[in-house]
Amino acid sequence: MTARLTHLREGSRAPNFTLKATPDQEVSLDDLLDNPVVLMFYPADFSPVCASELALYNEILPEFQKHSAQLLGISVDNVWSHLAFTKDINLHFPLLSDFNPKGDAARRYHAYIEDEGEAARALYVIDQGGMIVWGYIAPTGINPGADGVLEALESLHKENLLAA
Amino acid sequence: MCRYKILPHFLGPICITYRVWEVHLVSQLTIPITKQDHIEGVASALVTLVEYGDYECPYCGEAYHIIKRVQQDIGDDLRFVFRNFPLGQIHPHAVWAARGAEAATVQNKFWEMHDVLFENQDALAEEDLVSYAYLLKLDVSKFVSDMRAEKVWQKVDDDFWSGVRSGVNGTPTFFINGRRHEGLYSYYELRTAIERVARKGRVA
Repeated sequence: MTARLTHLREGSRAPNFTLKATPDQEVSLDDLLDNPVVLMFYPADFSPVCASELALYNEILPEFQKHSAQLLGISVDNVWSHLAFTKDINLHFPLLSDFNPKGDAARRYHAYIEDEGEAARALYVIDQGGMIVWGYIAPTGINPGADGVLEALESLHKENLLAA
Repeated sequence: MCRYKILPHFLGPICITYRVWEVHLVSQLTIPITKQDHIEGVASALVTLVEYGDYECPYCGEAYHIIKRVQQDIGDDLRFVFRNFPLGQIHPHAVWAARGAEAATVQNKFWEMHDVLFENQDALAEEDLVSYAYLLKLDVSKFVSDMRAEKVWQKVDDDFWSGVRSGVNGTPTFFINGRRHEGLYSYYELRTAIERVARKGRVA
């Protein structure tokens, strides 16, 4: 039995990563941090539960855009698999490939299941300053939905307004 | 070449206070059932089953037949509510089909249209929807204009977002007396879960 993963604490600094988004384009977290970033780790392309999780996030993208938040999907699949999967379910947000070294980014976010060799379904909301403001790792087999992420983005937005 | 638009905007340094969010492991139905909902069964029923569904989703198509059987076998103890959760990016006809069902609602034929749509999941193009409106003896020109009406569009959207807020993560998603049904939705599983809740209701 795999030990339950614990997400990185709210208020801690989000570890940086540089991962391929396409065969010839890399994305670094640090380069995106002028806006909130939402990280969605998921186990694998083309598996039915993940497809519905990714499909859901794909539907609610306008809500992320409203908060100027950049959504990134991350799994250990390679970029070619990501390209095929993106086309297959008509995705409109980038999937990053945590392929080499395998699971390196997922490990930094406590979201790597060693026994399975893939990421857990983990969600993180990171603010403009690079701090984790919300994190959640779903138990195996549970598809986490989007209510928690949206509430976190809305709270962040309100706090930004108050601070401004 | 860049396939995606990743365009950071500079917002400036901002001071933020942190709070810890509570994590709910079992999702609850956050938007209560109202007169705007599509309801089969009586308000006094011991159990209310809410489905968030998509007319083009094959799993919802399977669930449709299962729910009919469960309704028949459980009878008056069960009330069934259907809310729209069209995943339009993977199911190109799902949003229009949902609007078709809502346009039929304007002429008091929601459940009739709902059934026709689930029984014809492979034919949900707009001309198919119009032919179902004929079949159900609706005022077809009104049906066609209602499909484009703001209030119909809004109803589908409101249903969808009520689902997102309740943690709906795919289709079909069921709530039994407000609590998400995490198990499978075979006839046996669904009936057993409903009967368990009904028994509790009888004891209380």
